[in-house]
Amino acid sequence: MKLTHDTIERKTGLLIALVIFVVSIGGLVEIVPLFFQKDLIEPVAGLKPYEPLRLVGRDIYVREGCYNCHSQMIRPFRSETERYGPYSVAGEFVYDRPFQWGSKRTGPDLARVGGRYSDEWHRLHFEDPRSVVPESNMPSYAFLNRSIGGADIKARMSALKMLGHPYSQAEIDSAPAALKDKTELDALIAYLQGLGTQIKSIKG
Amino acid sequence: MSSATNTLPTGWAWYVGILTVLSLLWCLWILVSNSKKIEPKDQPELHGQNVWDGLREYDNPLPKWWSNLFYITVIFAVGYLALFPGLAILPGYLGWSSSDRYKKEVAEVNAEVDPIFNAYLKQDVATVANDKGALQIGGRLFQTYCVQCHGSDMRGSKGFPNLVDADWLYPGTPDAIKTTIMDGRVGAMPSFAGQLKPEQIKDVSQFVLTLSGRSASKDAALRGEETFKQICSACHGASGKGNVALGAPNLTDDVWLYSGTAAAIEEAVVKGRAGVMPAQKDQLGEARVHLLAAYVYAQSREAAPKTPAQ
Repeated sequence: MKLTHDTIERKTGLLIALVIFVVSIGGLVEIVPLFFQKDLIEPVAGLKPYEPLRLVGRDIYVREGCYNCHSQMIRPFRSETERYGPYSVAGEFVYDRPFQWGSKRTGPDLARVGGRYSDEWHRLHFEDPRSVVPESNMPSYAFLNRSIGGADIKARMSALKMLGHPYSQAEIDSAPAALKDKTELDALIAYLQGLGTQIKSIKG
Repeated sequence: MSSATNTLPTGWAWYVGILTVLSLLWCLWILVSNSKKIEPKDQPELHGQNVWDGLREYDNPLPKWWSNLFYITVIFAVGYLALFPGLAILPGYLGWSSSDRYKKEVAEVNAEVDPIFNAYLKQDVATVANDKGALQIGGRLFQTYCVQCHGSDMRGSKGFPNLVDADWLYPGTPDAIKTTIMDGRVGAMPSFAGQLKPEQIKDVSQFVLTLSGRSASKDAALRGEETFKQICSACHGASGKGNVALGAPNLTDDVWLYSGTAAAIEEAVVKGRAGVMPAQKDQLGEARVHLLAAYVYAQSREAAPKTPAQ
């Protein structure tokens, strides 16, 4: 069978296979090699997998769709680093599945919000954002002041362990105790307070 | 110059480079091989029956303007790959990297602003506080980094100190303000729920109300005074005037961080309070903090000219 214009247009299966081949070249060149680039796949110094409370907080962050208004990626521009801190690097997100980079900034970027405000500020701000920032148009999240379900925390951590997050069995076993008497608001604040705290300045 | 952070293994770099070049050549081959004009009599038989209603389908080349545009993109790609690090195996003639570009951008601005900041850094905060230019810079920095807690009018809100009321939790001297911004502060009032009985908490709260002359139950306050002397005076002082070294508020001046009601005072005793000012030195650096301290000092002085800083 000769691979002519005529043959390709007549044999739909062949056409599909060839189209997939052509389209995949871009991904094979631009994406696949990144899986083997060290500074993209290794955690930055000091980065640990999320402890149970922060892991729950992260899930709440995803559930509430915070990424719709907040990005978590500081680009390497002076205008961004002046406001938010050192630009983000790939090694900070190796324990994020999926990462929360986002692409929309209705609110500010949160990649380095950890430690920027006090826990109390976050609590007041979630309950009524306008109590601390009168111009804010963020909705109130007062309803998060309820206890964490958290029954599946061990399953969640085991799943992440399977994907390569270095949790020890002891950490997984003690997870439910760490969530005892905590509210969803506690978890979300714990998550935020840890964001981007590994990198304090731009190196090199 | 090769990019310092590129840790792509050599094998993969070649894989990227070779596939990129092959794709380019392939595009070029398709363009060239499909640009040949075929005479009607030499047209290949397409789809077996390429005549409909007397109209014959020809396998004609792409329009010239279109294929020329495609040629231009190929030439652009060659130039781009020569200048920029697109092939992974070559750093590109310009040696460009996003981190270098960032450093250059920062260096350009710093060359302009560093002399200004450094000149202020050599003066002490109180002197800078008299400089109009410095206060303008400080005001803009304040509106960017401080308003989230202290408010755009500097009057704070519940739990976040008012900076222009001449009342200071920590010393209000120029250098102390700078220390506060640089290193942050943690005002920790512990919870006394385990140590005091509910009625004792109610009584001591009534006593605290009397310290600033607020109306309170006289009997309860009398009972609470003893508790205050035993426990609260350790930080707030025997007369309740507070201690700026600890950030323990003065309870006699009727300035309230969390509101001066019996309920709020009881809440503080039961749950404790944690007033945290985050450290700013990592994010802002000393030069900017210096200007901010001068600005805050100047504003607070202006708001209360008769009250000397503590």
